Amino acid sequence: MIAAPSNQRRTRLFERIVFWSFRLGTYFVLLCATYIFLDIGIKGGRTVFQKTAPFVNVKFLTEPPQTLYVFDYQGKKMELSDREFRDWKTTHKEDVEVTSVSYSAGGIWPCIVGTALLVIGSMTLALFIGISCAIYLSEYSRDGRFIRLIRIAILNLAGVPSIVFGLFGFGLFVIFFGWNVSLLSGWFTLGLMVLPAIITASEESLRAVPKGLREGSLALGATKWQTIRKNVLPYALPGILTSSILGIARVAGETAPIMFTAAYAMRDEMPWQVSHWTNFFFQGVMALPYHIYVVSSKIPQNEYTERVQYGTAFVFLVVVMLIALTSILLREKQRRRLSW
Amino acid sequence: MVSLIEMPQALPQQLPRQNECPVEETEEATIMIDVRDLDFAYGSNKVLHNVSLDIPAQAVTAFIGPSGCGKTTLLRCINRMNDLIEHARVTGGAIHLGGVDINAPEVDVVDLRRRVGMVFQKSNPFPKSIYENISYGLRIAGINKRSQIDEAVEKSLRGAALWDEVKDRLDEGALGLSGGQQQRLCIARALAVEPDVVLMDEPCSALDPIATAKIEELIHELKMQYTIVIVTHNMQQAGRVSDHTGFFYLGKLIEFGPTTKIFTNPSEKRTEDYITGRFG
Repeated sequence: MIAAPSNQRRTRLFERIVFWSFRLGTYFVLLCATYIFLDIGIKGGRTVFQKTAPFVNVKFLTEPPQTLYVFDYQGKKMELSDREFRDWKTTHKEDVEVTSVSYSAGGIWPCIVGTALLVIGSMTLALFIGISCAIYLSEYSRDGRFIRLIRIAILNLAGVPSIVFGLFGFGLFVIFFGWNVSLLSGWFTLGLMVLPAIITASEESLRAVPKGLREGSLALGATKWQTIRKNVLPYALPGILTSSILGIARVAGETAPIMFTAAYAMRDEMPWQVSHWTNFFFQGVMALPYHIYVVSSKIPQNEYTERVQYGTAFVFLVVVMLIALTSILLREKQRRRLSW
Repeated sequence: MVSLIEMPQALPQQLPRQNECPVEETEEATIMIDVRDLDFAYGSNKVLHNVSLDIPAQAVTAFIGPSGCGKTTLLRCINRMNDLIEHARVTGGAIHLGGVDINAPEVDVVDLRRRVGMVFQKSNPFPKSIYENISYGLRIAGINKRSQIDEAVEKSLRGAALWDEVKDRLDEGALGLSGGQQQRLCIARALAVEPDVVLMDEPCSALDPIATAKIEELIHELKMQYTIVIVTHNMQQAGRVSDHTGFFYLGKLIEFGPTTKIFTNPSEKRTEDYITGRFG
């Protein structure tokens, strides 16, 4: 009886320590995330936004990257892009001491387009193959050693590092199939990378559809495929789309799988400037994550490259958010059509 | 391929409508489903042993018995729903529906299920509108004419005594209906494809007494047009709605006969014990 109060105090203290450590852990994560977002938001915002109308740096969002020329001229510091510098040279004949910085002028428009194309193509591919595979596994296949082997293979595939997917895509699509560095190679490489996640999530969503709905449909004389198409898949689709949102972020963000298969460091033509429509699939593109990689590690660093790095990162985040938002809206629309 | 739908329907015009004295009348009734020496197993686990019974057309036949006695399994054999279960199979005997062996390889199971409707224990309306629930079976059968579907929707909802309650909200979600209404919707859905047989697997087990009474009343009306087979745990229900009753115990059919006889004068001791509540 006498020992009880101090014992109680100790228990209470211990409880407090445990909960505070959980709480601190959460705060730490929150702090890191806030720091990252603020850092990118503030520094990137300086590149993307401007004080004068139209407040958005239109050039940065709509032009391809150019080399930046920096020099002193009559005591004034000049920062001119490649094209502007050449124009300037025609009127000013005197020699100036010029520092040139690659990629630091102009904008990142081709990278935005390239990333969007890579995401759309690879997600279409991955969803199509992934959903087919999930339907086969959860609706048609009967459990056996072979199916279990397939499942284990899919789980293992999810753990393969993305650089390995990149090398695989390089070996198979780029070299063996002869597709070269192209959108098509990138689509397949990225698609294969997110496939395990999509298969697993689709299978779970399909399994979550009550068995009674399948039986009810079959008992009315529906075939198996009619049942799946009209009475299972529509209810599983919102769940599948949810999982694909995570897939989108991964496809858009990974650099390793595209650096050998689809990405160019610099390309002057836009993807739609092709001589024949079939060439569309066999062209390499610029991409946001690869652009960040190039400007951050392939060229000498200075204050000018930093602007591009942060600007690109900022735009990149916004693009991923927009794509994710679109698929969230799509999912909500799909959900509202079901009345449950 | 033998099409079950095109088979001649050898049904008599006048059939017993009351079950006051079904003993005499069953002699004349046409047999719709003929189960002969049926054995059924889930893998190595035999659940039906040598079951034989004749289910008459345009009458209600009830299967009763304690849990796990095989009554639901037999019911699901009639429209081959057991095909969906892995390792489950008929190991002996046969079921003939209107003279055709339903397990014969040339029988199309989709045709069979269109002809033998089913209402499940747990009501399973599709998460679509009331209208879409009813029209579902017609659409998958390839009927797309709006007027034809409209007509069938009204007819089957009237048939399931649900029309007056839902006629103003056919486009609303079926899941907004009450439990009893949902189950009647499932019955209407089964009727929409105009089956010959309606199988009911404990259709009232999740319903309150008022909803149960409505469904029982409905079953009474439906038997004028359909052959109904109902599995029930509720003995009073079997007594109220059925013309014939089969008592199952441990996978065997212990006794089968007119309901009045089973309930008043069973020939088997076990039937009597079960009906009087001594076990089960």
